[in-house]
Amino acid sequence: MYVSVRDRPGNSADGRAGRVATTVVLLGVVSLFTDISSEMVVAVLPLYLTAEVGLGYLAYGFVDGLYQGVSAAVRIGGGYAADRGGRPKWIAVAGYGLSAVSRIAMLAVHGFAAVTAVITADRLGKGLRTAPRDAMIAASSDPAMLGRAFGVHRTLDTIGAVLGPLIALALLALVPGSYDSVFVTSFAFAIVGFAVLLLFVPNLRTGAANARVGFRRVAREIMGARLRRPMAAAALLGVLTVGDGFLYLAVQQRDDLTAALFPLLYVGTNLSYLALALPLGRLADRVGRARVFVFGHVALLGAYLAAGGQFGGVVPTVLVLLLLGVYYAATDGVLPALVSRLVSDEARGTGIAAAQTVVALARFTSAIMFGSLWVLIGRGEALLVVGGLLICALPIAWLLLRGTETRRVTT
Amino acid sequence: MSVRVRLALLAVVVLMVLVGAGGYVLRVQQRQAAAVESATAAPAADLASVVAGRHLVFRNTVLGGGYGRLAVVPLAAPGGPRALTGVSCERVYAARRSAVCLSARRGLSNTYKAEVLGPDWTPTGNLPLTGLPSRVRMSRDAALSVTTTFVYGDSYAAPGQFSTRTVVTRVAENDSIDLEKFQLFVDGKRITAADRNFWGVTFADHDRFYATAATGGRTWLVQGSIAGRRMDSLRGDVECPSLSPDGTRIAFKKHGDLPAGQWRLAVHDLRTGAETVLAETRSVDDQAEWLDDGTVLYGLPRTSDAGAATSDIWAVPADGSGAPRVLVPDAWSPAVVR
Repeated sequence: MYVSVRDRPGNSADGRAGRVATTVVLLGVVSLFTDISSEMVVAVLPLYLTAEVGLGYLAYGFVDGLYQGVSAAVRIGGGYAADRGGRPKWIAVAGYGLSAVSRIAMLAVHGFAAVTAVITADRLGKGLRTAPRDAMIAASSDPAMLGRAFGVHRTLDTIGAVLGPLIALALLALVPGSYDSVFVTSFAFAIVGFAVLLLFVPNLRTGAANARVGFRRVAREIMGARLRRPMAAAALLGVLTVGDGFLYLAVQQRDDLTAALFPLLYVGTNLSYLALALPLGRLADRVGRARVFVFGHVALLGAYLAAGGQFGGVVPTVLVLLLLGVYYAATDGVLPALVSRLVSDEARGTGIAAAQTVVALARFTSAIMFGSLWVLIGRGEALLVVGGLLICALPIAWLLLRGTETRRVTT
Repeated sequence: MSVRVRLALLAVVVLMVLVGAGGYVLRVQQRQAAAVESATAAPAADLASVVAGRHLVFRNTVLGGGYGRLAVVPLAAPGGPRALTGVSCERVYAARRSAVCLSARRGLSNTYKAEVLGPDWTPTGNLPLTGLPSRVRMSRDAALSVTTTFVYGDSYAAPGQFSTRTVVTRVAENDSIDLEKFQLFVDGKRITAADRNFWGVTFADHDRFYATAATGGRTWLVQGSIAGRRMDSLRGDVECPSLSPDGTRIAFKKHGDLPAGQWRLAVHDLRTGAETVLAETRSVDDQAEWLDDGTVLYGLPRTSDAGAATSDIWAVPADGSGAPRVLVPDAWSPAVVR
């Protein structure tokens, strides 16, 4: 077993002492309100586009793709802008503000092009704010408790994601067919989140207070030796990460699950993620973030086996959702926690953004490849093939990652 | 700013959005309630007598207790009083003494059903569904039914792409087949590409049908045979075909060079191959229906005065002349029963 005595995260305390910084909780509350706001819209979007705007479900597929794709593009830009100005809060304010404004714009738009533009604006906002926000979480937290800090943030964030659709559906039950009411209420939640950000989140100064961080310097750092290995590991694992949408489809096809229950799969994964984000964040602080990150992918492997195996029924399905929740809880907040310790404070936003973009691109590649594999050899076989590759990749990823958390001290 | 000032400011913001959003929702609710009252005062037709003659079956979108329910009007007086049934559907198609009803139950998860309804509007069976239902048709003798669903998640991999599943069912035998199992020939060449998609079936008789086939980003009008398990292309750029009662023409959605997500209504003559673009200039995303051999029906969405989603059934001459007119206000998904 790999043993390190120096600066193992959480070595100083046992990961329990101390509290998560107020800034982290505040950012979590901002995310909670923003996620309620955005998930309200996401939940009613298919019905709205088809019932009111009059688009076919086919066009909805296009909008959906757009929704997934846009934010990766601006992420690095947001991270770099936050580093360069040294004031990530203002970039986050711009991102949250843009998304909030896009909600109220939904009231005015009627037509395919307008809806696409509004959704693009919303996603641009999300891309812009993610990295500065994570940089602020990192900057305001005790390095030994980063995992826990991200865990707290992601828990609050996911609570919003679970509440949003429920609120939207309750509203539509109260005022049937009034999508405008949903957009107005969504805007209200976004404004509250925005106000908390503006009024209470401290305007942290990150990095060099006076000197502006040059692009070259940041580029050198994120391409540098420290990040190279973890990025390679994240890319390798990301390419072998089958999107949850595919796993749900696999479960649905095997068990002949009705379309009715399909959205429940998302809810199940979210609940599992919600429950585990904090415990796994703490675990990451105690036993090492790289270890938990790799462990998350072992859980993912388990999810492949449960979804691709021969045995159907309730137990394997619940297992898939549980393991997916473990995977998200062990990776989503843990990756920025891992990366933010490997780059200098001046380049933290860009570093986090770069890692998240690498993962997003790798997963996108994976989705395309897996889609083809599914068509070629079928559901279960495709999952088993990717699972087999993941088994081979896990030790490599571990070798790439295991030095990262000690190297910080030795260099 | 001191913490107290900031807390006060936050309280002001929360109060403002509460009053703003709450007031907005309440106002919508009151207007809806008012609309319900005026709607219940409207005269209703007698269901049995309307159904006995030639009639139009549709989804009623007048606000109130009857919102979303199946309704019928006589073809002779489509704008007059309607008779409501007890069934709620998102989309419907009907033949004499039978109907297919696509319904959604909203909740934490939306559930969708495709039910075959008997003469008294009660369910007699279910059609298979694998996703969000979007199109439904029935043959005139009610022996064949078809549903098109947009399959979740298939669009996950590649933005802008989608997958549909279209299943034809022999209602009496409850025997279903997926059109993906049919052989597809475009200009005589067999197409085996994995991205084949089919939707918008219209039945010609017990065996023959027309539908949209798509592959590689293009769409075709295809003629198919259920017994022969094959489909052959007739022409390009046709979506959601609908066969005229005399069987000579196809009304369809034409994309042409319009922006994404927009279509124009047109009619294709099966005898001459000629295409006529209809007088409706707005984008129509609906599988058209024929009122008679000279008139095409379709639904267009609208936001009502009470701020809720509604729609109207429009009629336009099938020969490209004239202008569109509202045939039935506050209605959706027309099916003509002759």
